Amino acid sequence: MNDALDVGLRLLAVFVVFLTFPLIVGQTEHKVMAHMQGRLGPMYAGGFHGWAQLIADGVKFAQKEDVVPAGADRRVFQLAPAVALLPYLLVLLAIPIGPGEGAVGQVLDAGVFFVLAVMGVGVLGSLMAGWASANKFSLLGGLRTAAQLLAYELPMLLAAASVAMAAGTVSLPGIVSSFHWWWLPWQITGGLVFFVAGLAELQRPPFDMPVADSEIIFGAYTEYTGLRFALFLLAEYAGIVVLCGLTTVLFLGGWHGPWGADGLGWLWTLLKTALLAFVVIWLRVTYPRLREDQLQKFSWTLLVPLSLAQIALTGIVKVVIS
Amino acid sequence: MRETVGGEPTAVLAADYFASYSVVGLLALVGVVFVAVAFGAGRLLRPVVPTPEKLLTYECGVDPVGEGWAHTQVRYYVYAFLYVIFAVDSIFLFPWATVFAAPGYGATTLVEMFVFLGFLTVGLLYAYKKGVLTWT
Repeated sequence: MNDALDVGLRLLAVFVVFLTFPLIVGQTEHKVMAHMQGRLGPMYAGGFHGWAQLIADGVKFAQKEDVVPAGADRRVFQLAPAVALLPYLLVLLAIPIGPGEGAVGQVLDAGVFFVLAVMGVGVLGSLMAGWASANKFSLLGGLRTAAQLLAYELPMLLAAASVAMAAGTVSLPGIVSSFHWWWLPWQITGGLVFFVAGLAELQRPPFDMPVADSEIIFGAYTEYTGLRFALFLLAEYAGIVVLCGLTTVLFLGGWHGPWGADGLGWLWTLLKTALLAFVVIWLRVTYPRLREDQLQKFSWTLLVPLSLAQIALTGIVKVVIS
Repeated sequence: MRETVGGEPTAVLAADYFASYSVVGLLALVGVVFVAVAFGAGRLLRPVVPTPEKLLTYECGVDPVGEGWAHTQVRYYVYAFLYVIFAVDSIFLFPWATVFAAPGYGATTLVEMFVFLGFLTVGLLYAYKKGVLTWT
C-alpha cells in the first residue's frame, strides 16, 4: 500500500512539474522578451504584471473551434499534438533534482539512453503534423523538421556519450554523483554542443527554420487551431524545461553548488535550469534565423567534429587519471 | 544488470529492473489520460460550425492549387545516409563508455576507441571532400 502511495505521489509531482514549469518559462519569455525590446509585455491578466496571461491564453484556446481540414489525414492530424507532447512528460520522470531516491521521479539505470531515445520521439509529432495536414507549407515544415532532427541528434548523442564516459555510468543520478568541479572545463565543449543541438531539436530560434513564420506561415502547425495548437506550444516549452534540466544534470553538476551538495542541492538544480531557460529566451531575442543549408553545415562541419574531439579528450583524461 | 550466480537471484533482479520501467509505463498512462481528458473537455467547450471555406486547406487566402502531398526534392537525403551510419555507430559508444576506464581495460581500450573515432572522422572528411556537406 505504501509503495502504491509512494509511486502515486511521484507521478503526481512529475505531472504537476510538467504542467507548471513550461508555463513559468512561457510567462518569463513574455516578460523578458518584452523588456529586452523596450516593451512592457502582458500587464492586465490577473492584475500583478499580467501573471495570469498564459492561463487566459489557455482558456481562450479551449474555446476555439477545432478545424481539421477536409483534405487532411484525420486521425494522424488529431493525434500529432499528443505524440509531440507526451515524450517530454516521460523524460521529466528520469531527471533528478537532488541527491537520493526522494528527489527523482524514478531512477532508471539506463537514464541517458532512455532520455535521448524518448526525446527523439517528440519530433515525430511535428513530422506527423507536417505530413497529415495535406498542406504545402506544412509539408515543407515537416521536411525541415526531419532535416533538423537528422543533423542535430548526432552531436547531442556524442556529447552525452562523453559525459557517460567521464562518469562511467549512464544513470543520470550516477552521473551527477560522480561530478567534480573540474568537469566543467573538461566537458565544456560537450556541454555547449549538447545545449545548441538541443535548441535545434526543439526548433527554437535561431534554429526555427521548420516554423519560419515569414516563409512558410507556421510550418507543420499551419493548419492547427484551438486546443491542439496549444498542446504543440506546450510541447515546445516543456521541451525547454527538459533540455535545460538535462544540460544542468549532465554538464553543470546538477545539485552540486559552490558549498558542496548538502542541504539545498535541489535549489541549485532549479537555479541552473532557470538560468539556462533564460539563456534560451535571450538567444531567441538576439539572433536572426539561420538558413536551412547554414543549419546543416553548422552541425556537420562544426558540432559533430567538436563532439568527436570532446570524446577523444574525455577518453584520454579518464584513462590517465584512473 | 549486475552479475548473479544461479537462476533465482537473476529472476528477482530482472523483476526489480522492470519495476522501475513500470513506473514509466504508469506515467505514460497518466499522460494519455491527460490528453484524452483535454480533448474530451475541448469537445464539450468549443463551438462546431464547419463551413466548406473553413475546411479548405490554407494557402495564404487563395484557393489551394494542386494537392498538398506534392512531390518535392528531398535535397538532404545524403545527410540522411550519413546520419544513419553515424548514429548507429555512436550508439555503441554507450555500453563501451561505462567500462572503458575500469581496471583491466585502460589504454588498449582507449586505442581501440581512437580507431573507431578515426573511422568516423575519415568518413566525415570523405563526405566533406566529396562536397556532400555543401548545399547547392
